[in-house]
Amino acid sequence: MAKILMKGNEAIGEGAVRAGCRYFFGYPITPQSELPHYLAKRMPEVGGTYLQSESETAAANMVFGAAGAGARVMTSSSGPGISLMQEGISYIAGAELPCVIVNMIRGGPGLGNIAPAQSDYFQAVKGGGHGDYRLICLAPASVQEIIDLMQDAFDLADKYRNPVMLLADGVLGQMMEPVELGEEKEITVPDRPWAATGRKKGGPKRLINSLYIVPEECEKHNLKLGEKYAIIAREEQRWEEYRLDDAKMVVVAFGTCARICKAAVDSARAEGMAVGLIRPITVWPFPNDVFAGVKETANNFLVVEMNMGQMIEDVRLAVSDARPVHFYGRVGGMLPVARDVLNEIRKLYDGGAAK
Amino acid sequence: MFQGILIAGFGGQGVLSMGQLLAYAGMKENKHVAWIPSYGPEMRGGTANCGVTISDQPISSPVVSEPTVLIAMNRPSLEKFEPAVVPGGLILVNSSLINIKTKRTDVRTVYVPANDLAEELGNGKVANNIILGVLLELTGVVSTDSVLEALKDVLPPKRHNLIPINRDALEKGRELAINER
Amino acid sequence: MKTVFTRPESLTDMPMHYCPGCTHGIVHRLVAEIIDEMDVYERALGVAPVGCSVFIYNYMDIDMYQAAHGRAPAVATGIKRVLPDRLVFTYQGDGDAAAIGTGELVHAAARGEKITVIFINNAVYAMTGGQMAPTTLLGQKTTTTPFGRDAAANGMPVKVCEMLAPLDGSAYLARVAVNNPKNVLAAKKAIRKAFDVQMSGAGFTMVEVLSACPTNWGLSPLEALKWLEEKMIPYYPLGEYKTPATEVQP
Repeated sequence: MAKILMKGNEAIGEGAVRAGCRYFFGYPITPQSELPHYLAKRMPEVGGTYLQSESETAAANMVFGAAGAGARVMTSSSGPGISLMQEGISYIAGAELPCVIVNMIRGGPGLGNIAPAQSDYFQAVKGGGHGDYRLICLAPASVQEIIDLMQDAFDLADKYRNPVMLLADGVLGQMMEPVELGEEKEITVPDRPWAATGRKKGGPKRLINSLYIVPEECEKHNLKLGEKYAIIAREEQRWEEYRLDDAKMVVVAFGTCARICKAAVDSARAEGMAVGLIRPITVWPFPNDVFAGVKETANNFLVVEMNMGQMIEDVRLAVSDARPVHFYGRVGGMLPVARDVLNEIRKLYDGGAAK
Repeated sequence: MFQGILIAGFGGQGVLSMGQLLAYAGMKENKHVAWIPSYGPEMRGGTANCGVTISDQPISSPVVSEPTVLIAMNRPSLEKFEPAVVPGGLILVNSSLINIKTKRTDVRTVYVPANDLAEELGNGKVANNIILGVLLELTGVVSTDSVLEALKDVLPPKRHNLIPINRDALEKGRELAINER
Repeated sequence: MKTVFTRPESLTDMPMHYCPGCTHGIVHRLVAEIIDEMDVYERALGVAPVGCSVFIYNYMDIDMYQAAHGRAPAVATGIKRVLPDRLVFTYQGDGDAAAIGTGELVHAAARGEKITVIFINNAVYAMTGGQMAPTTLLGQKTTTTPFGRDAAANGMPVKVCEMLAPLDGSAYLARVAVNNPKNVLAAKKAIRKAFDVQMSGAGFTMVEVLSACPTNWGLSPLEALKWLEEKMIPYYPLGEYKTPATEVQP
């Protein structure tokens, strides 16, 4: 099939429809608005529902209802709206409902701005709302990867009955790149016997619930969730390795940052520095496994993010502080430039011995 | 081959669609391409710009912060983005609407009376493709044939009757550039 | 022997946790009876709120959802959009529906969302310890209005039926009370009508039920029913505030 040019935001919408998602609830916010625009047109074409909610708070709770009723459902927003959704997301995680939430991150804190950022990393990978829970967080770095990951996002949500967050930034949402959509497949959404669709007489009662008033039962519930998260952490780590063989220095970056760092890594290699890149595709679960080997061979690490240093904490945990982990970041909606990353690499490579 | 092309002007000048046309044409030649618009409140103010990257290598950042080519469709765009152009780069100035000269001496500047030429062709709206024709001739970033192919993708079918005049506009731009050489 | 009184099929036999004189139990029972009578047990879905009635999911024998505080109309919206042929109702108190969840309530009504809100107005936050509710009457003493609700400091009580009536999306709105057998029968009729209107697809429906909270009102159960009659009903007049243009057949 021929390639077409597609905006990242539209790719999320098309990817969702192709993954069998038929319900979207959301509230407008820049820089993700092309996604609701796209789905407002696309959902009716496939017999789906697009509904503009009165707030992000309501949107997340509509997702709760629709997921509880057994639908493949998603919502989307950016920083301030995602903050409003945290209540609903916590309930969704507590009630173990599958759904997909898109965060097209913008500059913060507060109203911040609408420029691209990665400053919601903590919020995403630590759960975000109240209580002890995790989201599976996928961080694409190209429009093609967005298309590919949307199917995985919905499948992972169903497999684990857990909310999945697609974490991107304004650049990925706004940019157009060539994509291969592939053949549209017939999607069989897995059975959801737990969904509350109306109790059959004599059948089991279904309850979509996150309330466990008895502490012993709430502990049991949390332990069960914990076991699930442990399995996800073990089974679902994804990452891309780039020129990692023999690397003495390893750059770690996700999303748009990783694209920029790849160019810096190429330039560093051209200058004779053995530098590689790890790009986490799942930022939760964090791809600890890839660091296990690398921390033995690399002298140091450089984490590059569009924030003040958030993923760096996970990198430090992953290398168990066995090697120095450095940080370079741009914030407030600014993007790192490959040349500046290269300068950081030059400064840090071989303990700064290289020119 | 690497070109980071920044196209800037005001709304209605076809700035965003010119960028998309270029990106489509690059894609047809199996090059790596990316297109990104400016977004948010500034676009409500009536100005519009987009960055197009065309390269034979994978594209790191789609944001064109250091353009190799600037296409300035109006005066504010020229004043704002002129300093960002890389030394040795190219600035195409829509001299129909911009009555100042560039200050840069380390870049090549070509003045194109795009709106006037478009009016001569009978359709002021094709000014963008006149300037695109100049770009194609001077940089060879993509071929004219690819752009004409791409027009079929960018224009909705009911607008395909506009393809001939756009072809004429591209041709006009190319002729002008040949004389510039 | 003829059975003259039995538990509705849609109600479980779990003992309710409500205080003596609380009228939640009456309303639960009415909802269950109507589900039985409409024969929609397999199609009925309820959304529990945060508040005293949070455990309604234990008492209703049907498939249930438990929502975040105030968000039941949003949750019900999600359910109904996926399962449009089901009977979907929320059961919410005055803090849930008229304070923290006002946005969700108003916009579900504005959209004409085909759901039914059973709105329990007992003029107080009961579960959290008798604090002022949006519906607390002027002069009414609560734990957060110890000298009585004062209009200048706390504003005026919210009349929810009257607030929603002008919205074109609302199809049926009624205020009832459960302080005596006659009113209980009228309440049942109103809830039945709301469910029928919902299933007819006419739009948003709500029944506001004036309800007693002896514990937080500091009254005996009997005194509480009298207080409801004498204080609440005059401020919150009973009756239908919105009915569909065309009569709905049950």
